[in-house]
Amino acid sequence: MSFVVPKESFNGKVASVDFGKDDKALTIGGDSALPFLSFEGELPNKPVVAYEIQDCPPDDWPDTVREVYKDVSGDPVTWAKYCQDEQGAKAIALRLVSTHPDRGDKSAEEASQTIKDVLAAISVPLIILGSNHIEKDSTVLVAAAEAASGNNCVIGKAQEGNYKTIVAAALAHNHKLIAMSELDINLAKQLNILITQMGFDKNKLITDPMCSALGYGLEYTYSVMERIRLAGLAQNDPTMQPPILGDVGMYVWKVKETVASEADVPEWGSLEERGIAWETLTATSLILSGANLLIMRHPSAIENVGKTIDELV
Amino acid sequence: MALTGVQVFKLLPKTNCKKCGFPTCLAFAMKLAQGGADISACPDVSEEAKTTLGEASAPPIRSFAIGTGDKAPKMGAETVMFRHEKKFVNPCAIAINIKDNDDSLAAKAEEVANSEIDRVGQILRVEAISIECASGDSATYEAAVKLAAEKAPEAALILNCKDAAVVEAAVKAVADRKPLINGATDENAEAMAAIAKANSCPIIACADGLEALSALTEKIKGLGVEDIVLDSGAKSAKEIIVNNTQIRRAALKKSFKPLGYPVINNVIRDNAILEASIASVAIAKYASIIVVSSVEKWKTLALFTQRQNIYTDPQVPMQVEQKIYEIGEPTADSPLMITTNFSLTYFIVAGEIENSKVPSRLAVMDSEGLSVLTAWAAGKFTAAKIAVFIQESGIGDTLTNKELILPGQVAILSGALEDKLGDWKITVGPREANAIPTYLKGRE
Repeated sequence: MSFVVPKESFNGKVASVDFGKDDKALTIGGDSALPFLSFEGELPNKPVVAYEIQDCPPDDWPDTVREVYKDVSGDPVTWAKYCQDEQGAKAIALRLVSTHPDRGDKSAEEASQTIKDVLAAISVPLIILGSNHIEKDSTVLVAAAEAASGNNCVIGKAQEGNYKTIVAAALAHNHKLIAMSELDINLAKQLNILITQMGFDKNKLITDPMCSALGYGLEYTYSVMERIRLAGLAQNDPTMQPPILGDVGMYVWKVKETVASEADVPEWGSLEERGIAWETLTATSLILSGANLLIMRHPSAIENVGKTIDELV
Repeated sequence: MALTGVQVFKLLPKTNCKKCGFPTCLAFAMKLAQGGADISACPDVSEEAKTTLGEASAPPIRSFAIGTGDKAPKMGAETVMFRHEKKFVNPCAIAINIKDNDDSLAAKAEEVANSEIDRVGQILRVEAISIECASGDSATYEAAVKLAAEKAPEAALILNCKDAAVVEAAVKAVADRKPLINGATDENAEAMAAIAKANSCPIIACADGLEALSALTEKIKGLGVEDIVLDSGAKSAKEIIVNNTQIRRAALKKSFKPLGYPVINNVIRDNAILEASIASVAIAKYASIIVVSSVEKWKTLALFTQRQNIYTDPQVPMQVEQKIYEIGEPTADSPLMITTNFSLTYFIVAGEIENSKVPSRLAVMDSEGLSVLTAWAAGKFTAAKIAVFIQESGIGDTLTNKELILPGQVAILSGALEDKLGDWKITVGPREANAIPTYLKGRE
């Protein structure tokens, strides 16, 4: 009995989505094989990791990751430049936390100014994220899309309760769009259909099936991503072919394992390495299940995920 | 490849003698094909048919344990490529590699012995120690193996040495622990297989690439050793994911017996975080044993947790323990919310309470892993049951005001709950978890 390489080929293909501009533009997706199985298909683009920053100081981030940015995080422009110039960020994700009614309730106009300032200071692609408040995002992200017009940004997240205005704005200002649903492949599919029915090009869409942290529902995100990718490739379902986003940092840097000190939980070992490992392993698991774009916080975690990706391709 | 009922039928005597307990040979054949009967029930079947049926019914990935005792890690017996299809069966064992001339060998082995932790009700541990023959000296190696065995009395042992003479002495020293021999190469296969056979030990087949590996496992099997672990020579993460995927696919989809064995991957890196990351690649992608260089507590916690996530049964909702969870540092005045014990419900609700920054208590009630609405519909999250849970918890005595916040989805329960919990105030909270931060802040 001699060994024959068991190959599987698929009819479907993940859409290629580019964002940013000029020589710093990035492309994700384009896969015609399962993650990192390049012996049986094309995987033209490596997963991309974006550094997460926000429009107000990260008071709610645990020490391990807040300390890293303590000298720059008072101002989003300084913070963005630091990530680009000092950390070598390939992309930056700006979360407009302070527009949330409970976190400062800043206006859409203030958010627009922040976006303009950040865009003026960096050359790498920008991902613009709302505060995850359904009503507020529907006005803030519309203004954000306009403020970032011409920069080919990624805007998000459009959800079932607010997608119409956000889709229209992304369409009008020629941005890419993140569609987010909550850990259910059918909801992800339905939202993608609703958005494309508005005339939004499916090749400009990124799907976010909702992230979860290692130990806190990661298996659900992992399997939903795997099923989305299989549906897109094996069943050639066009509504399941957008590249996939894993919004890792915000889910990881609040769980007990990234917060509790070694003094409190001696059996868990060093807090610093534990937190970094938590974000790293969450991200690595998700690139294996299909994520094409990750949003992360700790430079050391980002570096190690990058090294893992380099080993995988 | 499993045979169909008709294929099995062709191998039977077709006498319809009923001695097997079935009315006809065809009925027996159908049952055999489903795995619901044993061929030995037929007294007249030929030896040739028995062999054919035995091979057809063997699991596509051979299953066995490494070591001895209750804690010996089981491996193999996997049936699917993706965890959403069916539960991954035997969680990947974690092994630390220790050099035989490492001065801290005893301390490292003790670290393994003390690695047990409890996570969501499961006891997790580093299962194995790989002792590497770095000294090249037989006496040093044997002493190191004995010391590791003594310091970690329940760990599985892997003898990492390619010199058959050195291995033989070490195997004899710890033969009662049934160590995994690492291992057989094309050059030493005869000698290593003889040692494995004589001591009933499993063996690792080490080759570069899957073609050479397939030939080697056939050779070892021909020498009488069947408990084989595969080392394809994969080093980079890419080689790990590609080789492991091809091995599992060949075994499951092509019934390719020479690769129908568990897989071991060495994931040792200079950088500890990177090592954990590469280890997580191997755990997610089909390794049965991973070998790491160190077992710091933070690292094993992360690996145990990822392994647990990957090996969770996708058809059985994960449950969290019924109790009153404290989030932040609640005082007697902090709010008390209630939800069900479906793990995802708990993670999302607890996560949103954390996001609110309002110290709170979350009463998680056993609803057999159902979400709030499903549990209510199934009669597992009723006013009567909630009342019993809250009263028995005694939480009311620690609160300034006895107030319980119900999920908005089950607002309908509030009247009945007020009747059953006479001195409690029942408040209806938000319908969706993402409204919790606004809700809790609004109460302050």
